[in-house]
Amino acid sequence: MNATTNETANETVNADTATKTPLLELKDVSTVVNAHTANETKILNGLNLTVYPGDFITVLGSNGAGKSTLFNVIGGNLNADEGDVLLHGKSIKRESEEQRTRFLARVFQDPKLGTAPRMTVAENLLLASKRGQRRGLVPRGLRKHLDEYKTMASTMNNNLENRLNTATGSLSGGQRQALSFLMAVESKPELLLLDEHTAALDPKTSQQLMTATNDRIAADHLTCLMITHRLEDALKYGNRLIVLNAGKITFDVRGEEKEKLTREQLFNFFEDL
Amino acid sequence: MSLITSAIGQGLLWAVLGLGLFLTFRILDFPDMTVEGTFPLGAATAVALICRGMNPLLATLCAFLVGMVAGLITGLLYTKGRIPILLAGILVMTAAYSVNLRIMGRANLSLLGKSSLFKNDFLASLPQYFDSVFVGLVVIIVVTLLLVFFLNTNLGQAFIATGDNPTMARSIGIKTDRMTIMGLMISNGMIAMGGALVAQNNGYADVNMGIGIIVIALASIIIGEVAFGDLSLTQRLVAVTLGSILYRFVLLIVLQLNFSANDLNLLSAIILAICLLLPRFRKFFHFDRLIERSVRDERNN
Repeated sequence: MNATTNETANETVNADTATKTPLLELKDVSTVVNAHTANETKILNGLNLTVYPGDFITVLGSNGAGKSTLFNVIGGNLNADEGDVLLHGKSIKRESEEQRTRFLARVFQDPKLGTAPRMTVAENLLLASKRGQRRGLVPRGLRKHLDEYKTMASTMNNNLENRLNTATGSLSGGQRQALSFLMAVESKPELLLLDEHTAALDPKTSQQLMTATNDRIAADHLTCLMITHRLEDALKYGNRLIVLNAGKITFDVRGEEKEKLTREQLFNFFEDL
Repeated sequence: MSLITSAIGQGLLWAVLGLGLFLTFRILDFPDMTVEGTFPLGAATAVALICRGMNPLLATLCAFLVGMVAGLITGLLYTKGRIPILLAGILVMTAAYSVNLRIMGRANLSLLGKSSLFKNDFLASLPQYFDSVFVGLVVIIVVTLLLVFFLNTNLGQAFIATGDNPTMARSIGIKTDRMTIMGLMISNGMIAMGGALVAQNNGYADVNMGIGIIVIALASIIIGEVAFGDLSLTQRLVAVTLGSILYRFVLLIVLQLNFSANDLNLLSAIILAICLLLPRFRKFFHFDRLIERSVRDERNN
């Protein structure tokens, strides 16, 4: 194997995670827009990130810091112009978005993006249960899954379980986003990306979904990166917190250190940027 | 009576087009202009092959395959070449015109004295026009059953999701480009098969028989939707066939008003335009509310 991995200096590995092998590594990743023109800018600028199995990382950063670009590079919607992306030590840089779905699931901010509106709730759940698998000319067998889906939907506490045969387009935004989340975690992906998935919802619904999210991640020991703009959520949830600024990770705390972090400290940190 | 039988037969045969176009227009959610080329392509292929002595059933299947190739080309131009779907379809449609002339060797090829799917002892024993009703019914039942089966497989569901929300489809690992190409291939295969059936029914293939085809196919889809409203997917497929028959009835009525066959494309376009505008009219004149109110009043009385 490759023994000379260029471990970066600002990566602080504590005792808890040192024994584990990384799930995902981003090494010196840069992305360029408007290349070879006067407007050439780097969105991600030599970013390094190592994610260990079981990490629940909250991602903070002002607009334009590169949070969404980071997710797009991990998800394969966007190719890194420089650097490498590794999964279990193997480069996945050349893999397409579709190929990466065998280990990765994603929930978007917009409830409309995560579900097929003309298909029913149950049909959507069935589609997502085959994430990253071959889809052949085999009867879908929807009926035999209905009970399982009912139980699954009832964990969201928003009456979704009684709307399994409703077209997704006629659900409320909260129900639709809860469905997107269920579809993402249904097949227990190795890596879950949440892109401000509660931001489009009203405070109560948003809180409900966030609680359900946290419960589910804990129960299934999922590895998760969650972008959020709410400092409270970033502090309350997860075992690690990172802050992105100008395409780099400028702050990275975990474990006890993160527990001790206060809202004021974090707020002041943002003021200083 | 024979006029009505003929209209039903024509409606059934042309319904294959509506079902083919349904896959792209309603499921993948884009208008595929290729069909104006694949319809005569299927007709030309089948008629030319039958003239060279091929079994009509085999020739019809060949037409299906040739149609799939046309769909493949449009699909590749659209997905891999990133050419807008309308333009990709028009390119293939235009190219198909020359290909059709090559296949037939001239603009019009007759099946006079040759065999066809509509020429056998059993069909000859049926009353006039019932041959097209019988063949059309068999074809439509087979095609509809195959489509219902396909759309309810895991592959079919991935295909539907691709049209419904491509972003979401890709995010759960569905190869949307492949689904789009597959849909265009099946759709154009069916439309070419429709062309082969219609040509055998008419007794000839003509290089210009594709003009206005997309309007006729759309009419059967839209009329079916306007007439039957909210339906499940399987029911919608059946509604396309019924819509196609209804369309033939409307044409029949209009032609009784002394329009000539030359006016057919104008009439087709007007009928389709009216059907497309109906939902707007309904809203504009508050038909829905009027009906609702009168029903409510009646109940209260």
